[in-house]
Amino acid sequence: KPKCYSLLAIILLTMLILVFFSSGLLSPRSQTPGSPEVGARVKELDHLQVVTLSRMVYPQPKVLTPCRKDVLVVTPWLAPIIWEGTFNIGILNEQFRLQNATIGLTVFAIKKYVVFLKLFLETAEKHFMVGHRVTYYVFTDRPADVPRVALGAGRRLVVLTVGTYARWQDVSMRRMQAISDFSERRFRHEVDYLVCADVDMQFDDHVGVEILSPLFGTLHPGFYGSSREAFTYERRPRSQAYISRDEGDFYYMGAFFGGSVQEVTRLSKACHQAMMVDQANGIEAVWHDESHLNKYLLYHKPTKVLSPEYMWDKQLLGWPAVMKKLRYVAVPKNHQEIRNR
Amino acid sequence: MHRRRLALGLGFCLLVGTSLSVLWVYIENWLPVSYVPYYLPCPEIFNMKLQYKEEKPLLLVTQTQYPQPKLLEHRPTELLTLTPWLAPIVSEGTFNPELLQHIYQPLNLTIGVTVFAVGKYTHFVQLFLESAEEFFMRGYRVCFYIFTDDPTAIPRVPLGPGRHLSVIPIQGHSHWEEISMRRMETISQHIARRAHREVDYLFCLDVDMVFRNPWGPETLGDLVAAIHPGYYAVPRLQFPYERRHVSAAFVADSEGDFYYGGAVFGGQVAKVYEFTRACHMAILADKANGIMAAWQEESHLNRRFISHKPSKVLSPEYLWDDRKPQPPSLKLIRFSTLDKDTSWLKS
Repeated sequence: KPKCYSLLAIILLTMLILVFFSSGLLSPRSQTPGSPEVGARVKELDHLQVVTLSRMVYPQPKVLTPCRKDVLVVTPWLAPIIWEGTFNIGILNEQFRLQNATIGLTVFAIKKYVVFLKLFLETAEKHFMVGHRVTYYVFTDRPADVPRVALGAGRRLVVLTVGTYARWQDVSMRRMQAISDFSERRFRHEVDYLVCADVDMQFDDHVGVEILSPLFGTLHPGFYGSSREAFTYERRPRSQAYISRDEGDFYYMGAFFGGSVQEVTRLSKACHQAMMVDQANGIEAVWHDESHLNKYLLYHKPTKVLSPEYMWDKQLLGWPAVMKKLRYVAVPKNHQEIRNR
Repeated sequence: MHRRRLALGLGFCLLVGTSLSVLWVYIENWLPVSYVPYYLPCPEIFNMKLQYKEEKPLLLVTQTQYPQPKLLEHRPTELLTLTPWLAPIVSEGTFNPELLQHIYQPLNLTIGVTVFAVGKYTHFVQLFLESAEEFFMRGYRVCFYIFTDDPTAIPRVPLGPGRHLSVIPIQGHSHWEEISMRRMETISQHIARRAHREVDYLFCLDVDMVFRNPWGPETLGDLVAAIHPGYYAVPRLQFPYERRHVSAAFVADSEGDFYYGGAVFGGQVAKVYEFTRACHMAILADKANGIMAAWQEESHLNRRFISHKPSKVLSPEYLWDDRKPQPPSLKLIRFSTLDKDTSWLKS
């Protein structure tokens, strides 16, 4: 009997030890607090990362001194309107560098418009998002004609071949489809922000991270002083882009808009779908994709609005005093000759 | 025979016990993990796993009539409306309340408010809540969180539909500075335990104040600060920052944008959590060094807002001192102090 007892005792003891070990091993609380999984959970904070700015020296902003007395700098829905003098690029650069933001710039060079690429890219290298990571997405039907431009560090160029259309209006409108397709397939994995620009332009002055926000539009240089009745919105109720005469904040230009990849995807998809509906109904908006963009931005307020400094035509409009800088300007071209060849 | 049965019984019990514990461990694996916070100034340990609500869509608005914004205008006597990092400074005239209402109403947001009514400060709750009922976020779901050491002293104020009040007991302290500084800790713990599930935005307000005019969705943002009414017209050298190098709240002479008031701050609940947690860590670090910042948690709040700029700034309309004469540039005082005898209150 004593032999039986000691055997049983040993078995009991072994089982006790096994129980404690297993609970220790299998319990999730055994994870050390410093483990990377726990640390990663703490860092998850929606879409905006927590960035700690380093010490910077700059003049103090004065509460009783507006930065610009001659223009509106905040929209009625509290989105900033970006003019020279409203922002300190040092602070903004640091905020975006700490996030390691990558900016995609889409540009369409279809048919003869490839001739504009060289100047566009060269001036972009000098003025567009300098110091940040940039990917140029050049949509073209003539990949062989894309010029080789020397790019700075952290910047690359991707050529995307797309089909073309006979009418220049269709070429313009189908950009929305291409942007929404590629946004979903590619851009959302490669960049944080997307800027969609016209190619027949050049950068004459700084265009940087001050423009970046979930959704931004640019004021058309021809209408920034006009009343909403004079805006060239689509006025036929049959069109999806219809805006009545008593509605409208600003007239946005179709040549420069952007935002986070998610918002640009939404915008381009909505505009493309609206254009398809119009096409099915046998109507084409008066200013094509620009009309649809304006309709979208009326009901999905942009989180930043760019002043006409970011979209100008010196030939047509000169240089009024209210424009302290002309950053992104039209390249003079012969519309007749370039559009339909 | 007897002993054999005993042994068998014991063995059986142990077997059952083992299988139960193994089963328990496996079930534990399936349950969501929660971590217990430690009170050590070590951010990695002091953490909570939070599940946040989904990202809301952008500012969608249905058809609505309002006047067109005027782009070219001359406004000589206005306040600064945009910070150098492009955060709007909210004051009367910078926004269209109807448009914002139109945008934010359909989002079905819940706004939380934390106030601390400790000791004699419970006397302020009545007026605070009554004025909040009239002016604070009308038409939205609101959760008032009243932290107090004496829940019985909190009056029952009738609240409108969709507005709730929670009285949360906390420990009182003998020194009012301690009470003030512990707010950061209490708020961050409260968010982790409760508020992150209940509200989308959270405001942390002082209780010895009263709402005088509408406070609406124009104040909502990722991280919101308010400019202190005593220092908005003053150069940064004269801001009452903590100036001792040894403090975690130290601000150099050449630093600083605005002097923000500790009585009003807020934002998205995730951002407020991060903010209050970081301030609390800094306060603990100072405590370990035996120092208390010049203006308690307000100093730490200001330090934090220099290196983590707010996404929206409220003008002194949203944090006013009634003892000061109202300047013409401030059109509509919305939230201001009650004239009070501070020496009696803080005893």
